[in-house]
Amino acid sequence: MLTTGLERLGGKTLFLIQEMGRMLLFLLTTCAWLARPPFRPFQMLKQLHFIGFKSTFVVVLTAMFTGMVLGLQGYYTLRKFGSEGLLGSAVALSMIRELGPVLAALMVTARAGSAITAEIGIMRITEQIDALDTMAVNPQQYLVAPKLVAGLIGVPLLVAIFDVVGIWGGYLVGVDLLGVSAGSYWSSIESAVDWKDVYGGILKSISFGVIIAWICCYKGYYTRMSAEGLGTATTEAVVLSSVLILVWDYFLTSVLL
Amino acid sequence: MIKLVGVEKALGGQPVLRGVNLEIPKGKLTTIIGRSGEGKSVLLKHMIGLLQPDRGQVWVGDIELSRLRGQALNEVRKRFSMLFQGAALFDSLTVFENVAFPLREKMRLPEDKVKSRVEEKLEQVGLAGMGHKYPAELSGGMKKRTGLARALVVEPEIVLFDEPTTGLDPLMAKTIHDLIVAMQQTFGFTGVMVSHEIPEVFGISDWVAMLSKGKIVLMAPSAEFQATTDPVVREFITVGGTMPLQAIQRESF
Repeated sequence: MLTTGLERLGGKTLFLIQEMGRMLLFLLTTCAWLARPPFRPFQMLKQLHFIGFKSTFVVVLTAMFTGMVLGLQGYYTLRKFGSEGLLGSAVALSMIRELGPVLAALMVTARAGSAITAEIGIMRITEQIDALDTMAVNPQQYLVAPKLVAGLIGVPLLVAIFDVVGIWGGYLVGVDLLGVSAGSYWSSIESAVDWKDVYGGILKSISFGVIIAWICCYKGYYTRMSAEGLGTATTEAVVLSSVLILVWDYFLTSVLL
Repeated sequence: MIKLVGVEKALGGQPVLRGVNLEIPKGKLTTIIGRSGEGKSVLLKHMIGLLQPDRGQVWVGDIELSRLRGQALNEVRKRFSMLFQGAALFDSLTVFENVAFPLREKMRLPEDKVKSRVEEKLEQVGLAGMGHKYPAELSGGMKKRTGLARALVVEPEIVLFDEPTTGLDPLMAKTIHDLIVAMQQTFGFTGVMVSHEIPEVFGISDWVAMLSKGKIVLMAPSAEFQATTDPVVREFITVGGTMPLQAIQRESF
């Protein structure tokens, strides 16, 4: 009984290590193919349009309400200490350092990440990936590399939009609704936000973009050959990407602070 | 042209190929028949390096394909084309773009030549004027013909056909078979086809091989194959095509 339990535990651990190794190799080989011609700029633009541009609406919507909630919560907390004037810095720092990169990345995972897994998974099931292979076109170079580049460029741009819209959301509630002075809102941002905060946010968003494209492509690429398998792969892709984003965020924050 | 030596392959722990020895003659159409689930498609995928054998070797000419990886494997694949069972057309591309794909990606031809060759091939498979349609708008037969056009547009040395007529009505199946034969005679490629269409395959193939229990039990020129006395082959080809009534009666009594 004990032996069987240990065997099962050992088997699962080995599988996990094997899977992690396979995922890392997938990323490394994609990067290697990325460096080789042909470079397919049109494919990259197409993916940038899908991952980046088409996520703009949901990112703006999320950013606006996040900023508004931060404005509300921040105002009532700061008022207890008579520091409403610092509302701008509280909203901006929360947005730029943490909420912008993390929430934008989670929204991109939900909107574009799941679609990437489903698209590549269907291509695997219907033998379209095999067809690419038979035509001497490397599927990782053709399908995965452009998505990786699009994630790398698209997510930081979306995060920048998220930050700006979020800060405006905080302004709308704090200044227009609750009566904080507009001058103190902007000046507190100017004095509190350092370039280091902005760089940190950019670094986070770049790494999140890579995580989303990497995990979602990998899960689609190695999906099981059934409708149920594809459903599981899509769920796993979204859950794993989201968890990895949060875990990686913690590690990066602890290094950057 | 293609030679498999002692090829063994297990999938999900189940042995599928148990030592396949097979030699595909150059410039001829060879059909592999066998029961469903015998591993015919698995065998075909070994010939183009989509699957690697657990044991044994796959040779294409004097190159051992089963040892190649990456770019070296891609170089050999440039000599091949493959028509998949479900056609495997790219959903996001139109019929024209699907057929043009290997010309643009594999051969890197200029656009004017791509256009003329694609239009010529679409006309040959009876799909002239359909280039703007997407795969989702096509019938099963049209998808297969698009797949056929895509496979043949590069005028390859070797073409693999994985059940090209499965799921089609008899008339459409005959159209596809006729197209394959006509193209093979015109371009002289080495063809390997996996099919269940008995007795039709005997009329169109130069050679026929049968896969049973993970091994090739017989490979012979089409006429000789039909006249074989091998009981395993006889049972399959008679039940499969020429004596359906007897087969039904034997099942019933």
